[in-house]
Amino acid sequence: MKRRDVVRSLCVLGGSVAVGRDLRGHSKVARAATSLPEATTDPAAEPMAVLVDTTKCMGCRMCELACANQNDLPEPEPKVDFSVRRRTDDTRFTVVNQYETSKGTVSVKTQCFHCLTPACASACLTQAMHKTSEGPVVWRADKCMGCRYCMVSCPFDVPKFEYFSANPRIRKCQMCFARLDEGEVPACVEGCPAGATQFGTRAEMLEEGHKRIWSEPDKYVHRVWGEHEVGGTSWLYLSAVPFEEIGLRSDVGVEPVPALTKEFLYAVPFVITLVPPLLLGISEATRRSGDDTREEV
Amino acid sequence: MATITSLQTRPSGGLRGFGRFLLGELKPRGPVLTPFNIVTGALILVTIVLLTIRFAGGLGTITNLSQDVPWGLWIGFDVVTGVALAGGAYVITFMVYILRLEKYEPIVRVTVLNGFLAYVFYAGALLLDLGRPWNVINPIIGNSFGVSSVLFLVAWHFLLYMTAELVEFSPVIAEWAGWPKLRKRLHALTLGAVVLGITLSTLHQSGLGALYLMAETKIHPLWYSEFIPILFLVSSIFAGLSMVIFEGTITHKVFRDRLGQPLREGHDGILIGLSRICAGTMFAYLGVQVITFVHQGRAAWMGTGWGAWYLLEIVGLVALPAVLFLVGARRRDTRWIKSAAVLTLVGIIINRLNVTVIGFQWNAPVRYVPSWQEIVVTLGVISAEIWVFRWVINRMPVLDFHVRPQEGRPADASAATAA
Repeated sequence: MKRRDVVRSLCVLGGSVAVGRDLRGHSKVARAATSLPEATTDPAAEPMAVLVDTTKCMGCRMCELACANQNDLPEPEPKVDFSVRRRTDDTRFTVVNQYETSKGTVSVKTQCFHCLTPACASACLTQAMHKTSEGPVVWRADKCMGCRYCMVSCPFDVPKFEYFSANPRIRKCQMCFARLDEGEVPACVEGCPAGATQFGTRAEMLEEGHKRIWSEPDKYVHRVWGEHEVGGTSWLYLSAVPFEEIGLRSDVGVEPVPALTKEFLYAVPFVITLVPPLLLGISEATRRSGDDTREEV
Repeated sequence: MATITSLQTRPSGGLRGFGRFLLGELKPRGPVLTPFNIVTGALILVTIVLLTIRFAGGLGTITNLSQDVPWGLWIGFDVVTGVALAGGAYVITFMVYILRLEKYEPIVRVTVLNGFLAYVFYAGALLLDLGRPWNVINPIIGNSFGVSSVLFLVAWHFLLYMTAELVEFSPVIAEWAGWPKLRKRLHALTLGAVVLGITLSTLHQSGLGALYLMAETKIHPLWYSEFIPILFLVSSIFAGLSMVIFEGTITHKVFRDRLGQPLREGHDGILIGLSRICAGTMFAYLGVQVITFVHQGRAAWMGTGWGAWYLLEIVGLVALPAVLFLVGARRRDTRWIKSAAVLTLVGIIINRLNVTVIGFQWNAPVRYVPSWQEIVVTLGVISAEIWVFRWVINRMPVLDFHVRPQEGRPADASAATAA
């Protein structure tokens, strides 16, 4: 390397360090400007979350309406048959279901749970599914090739695909990422008249959830759904009855789903580095003297 | 150097000469309106119509895919099963170029051609399944690299492996076109391409299984296990070789006049050797299956219908053909070997479909059954592949190349020095 090149690379390095610092400084400013609620711990590390208290939900489905308005989706049907379990699809990102339980009828809002370590984002080969540092898992149209591997990997079958479009999108709750950027709360949280949903940092929402359980131990199941499920989610649930009774899966485990492919992916670099020399070695070892005849090039 | 005798008329005189040669080669040989051509031609035409509808109106217009079952027949059969059945190419190139087993040289070209076309058509079928195929270039150009995705690995491997297979086959194309100098250059790349190809194959054969590791809660416990990648890799060896046996048997009937002397004389010996390898890997595979069976506590499922279906696959379509392969090899009777190969192929198709389609969302209220359009498109893709295969076999020196061992073989030293 010539001396001039060394100097030049040093300059580039120094410059990028300076720029990096600058960017970090800026991001703090940007964060303050959006006036997101301050968290108890490091705000940059703490994602945002929603706490759903199913004991407070009245099943009015105003969240469905607010969601549809926010995302330009068809308006939800005014009356629904609650005896049939409804599911989110490409035209509705959140639905409310009612369950007959040991403690009467319970209404439960469901949508993407915005996992802390999302299977869909780790499955995506273009990072179209992306876990933002603010918490929401968002989908980016310019990257997605429509392979639907996110749908295969999501343990909750959340991502939905527009099967009848020539330019199909993956559709799901984005946790109103744009609104969060403006310092607002998600549309469904704002639209909830019963106070069944609350928005804040995940640490705050967990604290709030546990506080309610401690203050009214007879009212709640002593667990916050989403604190540990699949490594933790950004939507947290409180319930008076076991979570399986209200359609929240408890069989998904506490390990993040992407951990299932981690071992395989770790093996890849070793296979790539170790197999070719082994093959070349065997090929050398099996060479006979007659094989040395070379083709004239 | 290897002396290649080709029966083709060589082009003469520059680009124009080659153009005339190519035009002549593009003309069909033999009768056009055969029953086979009419049926496959119709399938291809209907496939084109169906794909037009699909790209105009979306995947839902011709497939039965749903929000719960986003991957159906096109991924489960065309891609996952098709690639397993194309595993013969990496196994045979390993035997011929790495272990230098001369005996298998006569089938190396046709196997590589088959592997290459299988990847082009069946991995290519992936494009039909993509909702936004114009973005398929994103993981290649870096918008963005999803390196935590097994599919990212598989996508890159498909691309690189197709290139490696094309490089391995390219000397044959150069011979056909009558470019001996270029042929030497391309031939020098063979060992490098083979080493790359085998490495890539071990990773993406297992990777196709690893794709389904995250679907732990969706796949029936009899087919889900953390060992899917190992099971897929090991089974791709005997799946690929069974396909080589099966395809070789058909090729010998259909292209009888194209067979070269070495292939005509050595074929039975090759089949017997391959059947021994199949039996060996199948018993190893059964060993891994037994470990998985115990590890996952699968005995609990044996009383159910799923258990019976599982036993049919493992006992009837792996253990039984493994024994048939052994008996065939011992008696030197290719009829046993050919039946074993067919049973093995059925077993592999069922195994891959059990993981990807039949056992996927097995307890969902509405089951996925492929639409007739999905099946027709699959058959159309296979038909198109056979057409291209036939075109190449009838023109290029694939089955009829002559090797003079005393002067060196296709796998000679120049390749090693290049790599």
